Amino acid sequence: MTPLSDEFDYGTPAVAAEQTVSLSVDGIAVEVPAGTSIMRAASLAGVAVPKLCATDSLNAFGSCRLCLVEIDGRPGTPASCTTPVAAGMKVRTQTERLKTLRRGVMELYISDHPLDCLTCAANGDCELQDMAGAVGLREVRYGYGGDNHLADVKDQSNPYFSYDPSKCIVCSRCVRACEEVQGTFALTIMGRGFESRVAASANVPFLESECVSCGACVQACPTATLIEKSVAEIGTPNRSVQTTCGYCGVGCTFNAEMRGDEVVRMTPSKSGKANSGHSCIKGRFAWGYAQHKDRILKPMIRASIADPWREVSWDEAIAHTALEFKRIAAQYGRGAVGGITSSRCTNEETFLVQKMVRAGFGNNNVDTCARVCHSPTGYGLKTTFGTSAGTQDFVSVEKADVIVVIGANPTDGHPVFASRMKRRLRQGAKLIVIDPRRIDLVHMPRVEASYHLALRPGTNVAVLTAMAHVIVTEGLIHQDFVQTRCDADSFAEWAAFAARPEHSPEATEEATGVPAAALRGAARLYATKGKNGAIYYGLGVTEHSQGTTAVMAIANLAMATGNIGRDGVGVNPLRGQNNVQGSCDMGSFPHELSGYRHISDAATRALFEAAWGVNLDSEPGLRIPNMLDAAVDGRFKGLYIQGEDIAQSDPDTQHVLAGLKAMECVVVHDLFLNETADYAHVFLPGSTFLEKDGTFTNAERRIQRVRKAMAPKNGYQDWEITMKLSEALGYPMPYSHPSEIMDEIARLTPTFAGVSFDKLDALGSIQWPCNDAAPEGTPVMHRASFARGKGLFVLTEYVPTEEKTGPRFPLLLTTGRILSQYNVGAQTRRTANSQWHTEDRLEIHPHDAEQRGIVDGSWVKLASRSGETSLRALITDRVAPGVVYTTFHHPNTQANVVTSDYSDWATNCPEYKVTAVQVALSNGPTDWQREYGRHSEQARHIAHDAEAVPAE
Amino acid sequence: MNTDEKLVMMANQIAQFFAAQGEARAVPAIADHIRKFWDPQMRSEFLALVPGAEAKLHPLVRKAVALIR
Ligand code: SF4
Ligand code: SF4
Ligand code: SF4
Ligand code: FES
Repeated sequence: MTPLSDEFDYGTPAVAAEQTVSLSVDGIAVEVPAGTSIMRAASLAGVAVPKLCATDSLNAFGSCRLCLVEIDGRPGTPASCTTPVAAGMKVRTQTERLKTLRRGVMELYISDHPLDCLTCAANGDCELQDMAGAVGLREVRYGYGGDNHLADVKDQSNPYFSYDPSKCIVCSRCVRACEEVQGTFALTIMGRGFESRVAASANVPFLESECVSCGACVQACPTATLIEKSVAEIGTPNRSVQTTCGYCGVGCTFNAEMRGDEVVRMTPSKSGKANSGHSCIKGRFAWGYAQHKDRILKPMIRASIADPWREVSWDEAIAHTALEFKRIAAQYGRGAVGGITSSRCTNEETFLVQKMVRAGFGNNNVDTCARVCHSPTGYGLKTTFGTSAGTQDFVSVEKADVIVVIGANPTDGHPVFASRMKRRLRQGAKLIVIDPRRIDLVHMPRVEASYHLALRPGTNVAVLTAMAHVIVTEGLIHQDFVQTRCDADSFAEWAAFAARPEHSPEATEEATGVPAAALRGAARLYATKGKNGAIYYGLGVTEHSQGTTAVMAIANLAMATGNIGRDGVGVNPLRGQNNVQGSCDMGSFPHELSGYRHISDAATRALFEAAWGVNLDSEPGLRIPNMLDAAVDGRFKGLYIQGEDIAQSDPDTQHVLAGLKAMECVVVHDLFLNETADYAHVFLPGSTFLEKDGTFTNAERRIQRVRKAMAPKNGYQDWEITMKLSEALGYPMPYSHPSEIMDEIARLTPTFAGVSFDKLDALGSIQWPCNDAAPEGTPVMHRASFARGKGLFVLTEYVPTEEKTGPRFPLLLTTGRILSQYNVGAQTRRTANSQWHTEDRLEIHPHDAEQRGIVDGSWVKLASRSGETSLRALITDRVAPGVVYTTFHHPNTQANVVTSDYSDWATNCPEYKVTAVQVALSNGPTDWQREYGRHSEQARHIAHDAEAVPAE
Repeated sequence: MNTDEKLVMMANQIAQFFAAQGEARAVPAIADHIRKFWDPQMRSEFLALVPGAEAKLHPLVRKAVALIR
């Protein structure tokens, strides 16, 4: 597949070498790093050597023999893709001998290739076709009647791409892409010689194989053998817009390849610094939700949630909402309304929502869904290091020697980063996994964890403090680093604390379930002197009563071992949603303004007050759980929710619903009628990431452009809608383009001072802090000193959660997600991704299952102190005895009905990862699920009667 | 849990974290945390329930109450 954008294929990967070598190619002088292939050197000199099996995302293979060249003074015709340059070399790429040889090669390929070029989906986008032209092929002497593969059957099992073996030239680019780029090893070349064929796994259809649908093979395939079905359906694209994936915190750069106003395919961009040309199934293929029939395109209102929705004009919807919010504020007080910003929307949109709340609503009742995921990261890393963000860029992992993965499942949650990590592991880096569940990384092709500490859910702090114990008591402290970089008093206090016998692995073993010897081994490995240790963690760390404590415990370990401030080390939160870092940076939390400055700070407030022309409240506002509590208590009545589904994503669903029901005006601004919208009075249709301009900030603090590829189907970009609402509320915030919002953010936020759309366009992306001291951004933080000056060690006492197992609820439930689905699934469920995950299943250990008479696929009731739900069981020893696990992608499962309302002590981040439960056989969905389903159906009814005012 | 019970629990959790640092540092730290992260209404509701809930409060929270006011 040839990407439409001007992403040139140099044939072989770039080589990083200090030394350069000069040579000439067809008389053109060129200087390249030593070790570069002749093919790449030729490309750099502007000479395109014909090629089929080479592409610059893969190591050269040398099988097609099309790229032959002649070298003065050397015999024969070596393959330019596998031959490295040498000083003074004189290369010739076009001689009569070469032309004849290449034509011969092409003739063989073509004689076994269907000649349906005109009707082939890849017509005009096929390297075989291009090469036939490039070598001047005019006749095929062997005829087309010989042995061929033309009758081979197409594999159409994958919903997104097809495999047509008759067109395969056995260049093995797909096989190598699956290995080198993705790291899944799903493909092989089966058979020999003429019989050889690409096969998925043990020669099963793609959909049934280990293939994870990343699409790397499709992108690598030079022919139409592996091709996106959308290209076959829509036709080849004719324009391309570079943008950023709207799904996860990896933040892959894509070219949205369009035909008119229609997306044909999304191809990951090699220039993307987060993904370097790779993608996962979600970003590459699961964009169909933007066109899904369920998408709501007209604003709607209703007086009561028992009424059907009524479609209205934008003007009416906005005027109605403003009137309601003003009425509520007048009747119940200024503090009775609030807003929730979205981690899926752009920085600019998020900034506007919090601005509207603080300046327009006149209170600080603004929060974001990061509350329920990474708020402990912000608090923990700010306390210890001085900045609420991860310390590294993604490429840093390529220099790591020991990788620790805690409470994260990168191959499912952050797949493109996981591919990078797996590549490093295949090169020999060691891996420690700390997770109650045996995630895929523990054991996969050519990756084997040195340690898997399968701890009991809820005991992260005990495990991490025990690791600290080993490091302190076994003399593994990096003394130099600690003495020069860290706060001496806090270190001394912490070291004495960690050394206490009650923190030893032996003493904590009973609570954590982690064998002391394994824990000691893991701690020693991480602290290996002279090696780079890097920690990657996810929601399995933060979503606990002690989430913030665990983040600080991780920071302590990194400081104690000197694993901060250079490439290959660091403390790296893997962020969930695409812009969760950005929504935090933009001042979405009730207690802080953009750049993590507390609202009580008079100087910061003065800056914003001057810019915004209002007085700001100096007191923190309500966090999401507090808003819901306040609603239940009758003092919170109106909520504007942009792009979040708190009824599905937040814990203790019944409490959330009680809160929503107690409000008088709930405004949902989203793409679909989500679960929260069942309790809303106003629905404002939102726009997708393909329909807007702005920026997202990924997990490595990388600010990247989102570019509008098509007009918003709902009429407006989301920032425009917030602007209209604010104006109607009497606080106009006029902007003509998101770049102006970013300019304001830069003026008001020291860490963003140097950021602008122009600079982003010029540099491609910027990692904050970006200011006079770091005009092009900061890939690795805390290099010379910590943002707070000296690194602070914090005491991390393990406090068992209140959520305890007992006779009624003997098992511990923990939750997570899977590759093909995203968060509450509103988007991915509306794509063919559902074929991989049609329902949420409860993973249970064979021992626990047997005790309860549960067999694989049984309907089981999952009950906790908060509530109960039903789903089907999946029996697996991935989970330890005593632990069960499920995902929360499907609303009919309502896994959050059972989660508790315990939360992190510092941030109220809910304790999703630990719930005491009982599991028993059942005959199907619970009464609650049936009632919920019935209510949803009714709450989503839209009146299409005569008096409904048509939308603009 | 109703809101009052939650406020008590949240305050106690904060105290449990800071307890490791010893009373002299923990008490002001607890008060500071509550002042910085709880909205004024939550704080006044909490202070109002303190007299009736003394027994349920972590000893360090009891000591921090005066500083939250
Ligand atoms: S889609 Fe990805 S995982 Fe599947 S075979 Fe291709 S490269 Fe491998
Ligand atoms: S499927 Fe495509 S990439 Fe794979 S061997 Fe065949 S032609 Fe090459
Ligand atoms: S890894 Fe994340 S950002 Fe990249 S394509 Fe997949 S979902 Fe999108
Ligand atoms: S491109 Fe060099 S051998 Fe195929």
